[in-house]
Amino acid sequence: MSAEYWVVVEHWRGSVSQITYEALALGREVADQLGASLHAVLLGHNARELAATLGKADSVIYADDPQLSEVVAETYAEALVQLLKSRKPKGIIIPLTNVSLGAGTLLGARLGLPVVNFCTDVKVAEGAVQARCTLYGGKIESRVTTEREPTILGLCPGARPSEKGLSDQRPPIEDFAVSLPEPAIHLKKYIEPEAGDVDITQQEVLVAVGRGIQGQENLNLAETLAKQLRGAVCASRPVIDQGWLPISRQVGKSGATVKPKLYLALGISGAPEHAEGMKNSALIVAVNTDRSAPIFNIAHYGIVADVLEVLPALSEAIESRKGVGSHA
Amino acid sequence: MNILVVLRMVPDVVEELEIAPDGKSLDLEFGRMVLSESDDHALEQALLIKERSGGTVTALALEAREVDEVLFAALAKGVDRVVKITGPKEGATTREAAHSIAQVISSEPGLKGADLVLTGTQAINDLDGLMAPSLAQELSLPFLGIVTGLVPDSSAPSAVAVKEFPRGVGGEFEVALPAVFGIQAAEKPPRYVPVAKVRAVMKSQRIDSVSAAATEEPSLSLLLVLEMTKPQPTAHAEILEGSPEQTASALCGILAERGLL
Repeated sequence: MSAEYWVVVEHWRGSVSQITYEALALGREVADQLGASLHAVLLGHNARELAATLGKADSVIYADDPQLSEVVAETYAEALVQLLKSRKPKGIIIPLTNVSLGAGTLLGARLGLPVVNFCTDVKVAEGAVQARCTLYGGKIESRVTTEREPTILGLCPGARPSEKGLSDQRPPIEDFAVSLPEPAIHLKKYIEPEAGDVDITQQEVLVAVGRGIQGQENLNLAETLAKQLRGAVCASRPVIDQGWLPISRQVGKSGATVKPKLYLALGISGAPEHAEGMKNSALIVAVNTDRSAPIFNIAHYGIVADVLEVLPALSEAIESRKGVGSHA
Repeated sequence: MNILVVLRMVPDVVEELEIAPDGKSLDLEFGRMVLSESDDHALEQALLIKERSGGTVTALALEAREVDEVLFAALAKGVDRVVKITGPKEGATTREAAHSIAQVISSEPGLKGADLVLTGTQAINDLDGLMAPSLAQELSLPFLGIVTGLVPDSSAPSAVAVKEFPRGVGGEFEVALPAVFGIQAAEKPPRYVPVAKVRAVMKSQRIDSVSAAATEEPSLSLLLVLEMTKPQPTAHAEILEGSPEQTASALCGILAERGLL
């Protein structure tokens, strides 16, 4: 039997997630270097048609069960446990996102398999898989290998361009029957975000605030600047968790992915969870007191200073420039 | 409703992190340790449930630098009992920590049989697994993560939990209790507790200590860290130097050049 490498397909509400294609692109490289075949593992219910876009893999292993109609980590892990009793891959890539989070850890814990989280890249060296992982809010990188196989790799978004994981070929489908116990967790309904707020994905200019804004009372500084730049205010997770702005304004893993012409990151450290939602903005300007903050690694311009000092100065400078322009 | 909250200390990433001489781990001799951010939310969520529905909250943490301050602060916020697990394996990974904690929960009177086990959904150093699903597996309980709202019903017994999905969408789940929940964010921001109140609690209340079970088991982690480094950026921002006024003026010029003003 030839060696196999697997990618677990993340799909949600009828669509395959972008990270699945990123994982397929990465998985293809790893499988080729190992001389292994690549298989996409599709767990779902009435989801067979989703396999059509997974042609980067040599085949799609498809398990259909009503209990797999929604992504519940427990149920996914159980289905994968059953699949692993009949096939032995060398590794399994599972997206580490808000949809799939937890499934990889449960699978590893149930079968005593190694789990490597926060993977941003995977390479093969001397026949062994080595993962590069980003830890401590993006401030540390770790190169990791494992003592046994299969290794479960929790993949962060952005490891490869998603386009590289697309293929026009329709892959063969291998059906796999699962028998799942009655779950202890049921999805009752989805709660949609409140409509009526600004759609930050449609803005050309975004003034993004993070922990450095220090308090809700300082948000008016960002609002003023956003108004001057004909944009909108958005935020990283800590600001949303404090209840200072609604979740519809959140950029990053749990929020929106944005690509404005200008993204002003004010008091945002640039943790991977936030970066994944804004790193493709055309122009990124960061203001942060910490010169080593990861945000400066993806920004085009940076100012090492207190946001509360820079914000009013910037508003004033823009006002002055507009004043000069209007008198010219 | 008995609620158990598992708390973990992590290095404060606001400070400069240092790699240990072995090149494979962090040097934790220096720098501050702080409560993992989502664990702080788990603690707040437990207190909110207690205030709404009654019951008790017990906070549990592995021994670590500055953990006593965190546990006393938890008492000052309204936690009923705090337990520190002493003598854990040095440099324990998340899976190893989950194993130690689960052993204590299963054996220590008063910790067994909690209706809810809450912890943060993810910590910044969860390299070999996440705490909540690892605990759930160790305790043979159901698990739901990325939770931002939790309303238990002890008569059912079940809970309605809201899990966060992308783009601001929430998923409302019914979960049979007892269960383990990974809390992403509490329904309200973690409460502030004045230092004076924490100091008063230090004089009037105590931290219970329980020894971690001695184990001869091989590492549960199964990972080999080959190298730990600070990221070498492939690109770095052009830093605008000067006073706030000077940098603001320079930035204004850049924005104007690009037609953004």
